Amino acid sequence: MRFGRFGIFAVGISLLAQPALFAQGRGGGRGGRGGPPQSPKAAAPIDLTGYWVSVVTEDWRYRMVTPAPGDYQGVPMTQAAVKIADAWDPAKEEASGEPCKSYGAPAILRVPGNLHFSWTDDNTLQMETDAGKQTRTFHFGGGKAPEGPHTLQGNSVASWEMNRDGGRVVGGTMKVETTDLKAGFLRKNGVPYSDNTTVTEYYDMVTERNGDTLLVVTTVTTDPMYLREPFIISTHFKKMPDNKLWKPSECSAKW
Amino acid sequence: MTPTKAIISAAALLALSFPALAEIDLSGSWSAKNHEDAMERGAGPNPDDWAGLPFNEYGRAKALAFSQSTISMPERTCWFQTQWHVAAGPFSLRIWSEQDPVTGKTLAWILGGWETRAPMTIWMDGRPHPSKNAPHDQTGFTTGEWKGNVLTAYTTHIKTGYMRRNGAASSDEATITTTFMRHGDMMTLTLVMEDPVYLTEPYILTRSYMLSEQPVAVAGPPCLVGYEGVESGRVPHYLPGKNPFVDEMDRLYHIPREAAMGGAETMYPAFRDKIKDKFTIPAKCKINCGAPGAPQAN
Repeated sequence: MRFGRFGIFAVGISLLAQPALFAQGRGGGRGGRGGPPQSPKAAAPIDLTGYWVSVVTEDWRYRMVTPAPGDYQGVPMTQAAVKIADAWDPAKEEASGEPCKSYGAPAILRVPGNLHFSWTDDNTLQMETDAGKQTRTFHFGGGKAPEGPHTLQGNSVASWEMNRDGGRVVGGTMKVETTDLKAGFLRKNGVPYSDNTTVTEYYDMVTERNGDTLLVVTTVTTDPMYLREPFIISTHFKKMPDNKLWKPSECSAKW
Repeated sequence: MTPTKAIISAAALLALSFPALAEIDLSGSWSAKNHEDAMERGAGPNPDDWAGLPFNEYGRAKALAFSQSTISMPERTCWFQTQWHVAAGPFSLRIWSEQDPVTGKTLAWILGGWETRAPMTIWMDGRPHPSKNAPHDQTGFTTGEWKGNVLTAYTTHIKTGYMRRNGAASSDEATITTTFMRHGDMMTLTLVMEDPVYLTEPYILTRSYMLSEQPVAVAGPPCLVGYEGVESGRVPHYLPGKNPFVDEMDRLYHIPREAAMGGAETMYPAFRDKIKDKFTIPAKCKINCGAPGAPQAN
């Protein structure tokens, strides 16, 4: 009897150590025991919806103003990329009729501004920017955007990575893989990326001790043509209670 | 072995084969990816570049009094830094844990130190922070807590140090919250400094690392004090209004003085509207340009 209780206790302990065996909590993926899978919207372990403002404490001179031609600190550029960037001319760029080259998916989060996230349906999260009036669409469930030409924001497939404490969901990450990008600039001063570029992003939320909520996005940009190695940066935003800071502006090739 | 013992042994093995709840392994060598703030983390920031730094007028005044020659004082050649150096320095990280030999529980996670920064020991055993009146040192005192697979560490009891390596100072009342978020072989750290003396808002930096097979050293070469042109006892400094670099950012990058002088306002997009008409794109990057073969200085 004594060993029997101990045995049951030991088995119980071993089961407790296996988070995967637990029923899933909020955002756990199922509507309940044996129920149908939850939609990505219902299963979201973090709530990204609402407004976020850039907090520019990093790379200030590359983001808040337009860096000088030839100023490429930190970007692991290939020689081919340097050659292209060295030819960047802001006046010509402005006149080219393509002022949004530095507002594509690999760079848009570095543009100072406000973000607005909203669900357009149960499987699709949309991110709008006021700077440059861009819209990114994150397709969950393996969904893909319709086939078509490469675009500034590309085709983004999203998934949730659950953060569990035991079996309970206590947070998570939105992982986004973006392909089908049109070539553009990583920085406004002509640092190029090619249309073979892919981007992987991790969207995490952090709560500060003062109660503020931060969105931290880690971006990995891979470009076999213009980058010697993946370009890895992280960008942070602060949650806003409303849209008071929202101020749409057109793309600019010079500012 | 009796059937009962076999069941118990199997259960114990099963339990040990999985990590403890709400915890992931951070141990290993993590290579710093200095693709952002490359110059600030590497050679060091330009003098009087405090754009994006939410300090107050006292912080600014103290920073303006700072001369870079301070670190050539014999007393400060080997100036030890606080844990903020994790974010402001260029170095990679070696992380490991220490377990209680009896219970196997993790007592602490440790970030190895460098030449100028002590290891950060993140106590995980629930011990409280010392009294407010306890002595401070550069290492500080750090406790940690897991929330699922995210580790949050809180550092107190640090000495005065720097927020940016060009004289922007942190006080001994500053605290640092460091969040470790691992995504496969990549890890992002979010560091938030709060300082009631010199900051009006938290100062936030995020840093990226890749797990590396190359071992990261846990200490640099020993720092040796030598004569660097500043005689012992003299503290290089600038008197109020005498700092010669207040327009350095304007000269190099056309960044107006009001931006370079920092403050919380300079962190937010709306600040661009204030300087838009004062800014023109420089004709060409002159120095510290980053491209292969470009001139580097500092």
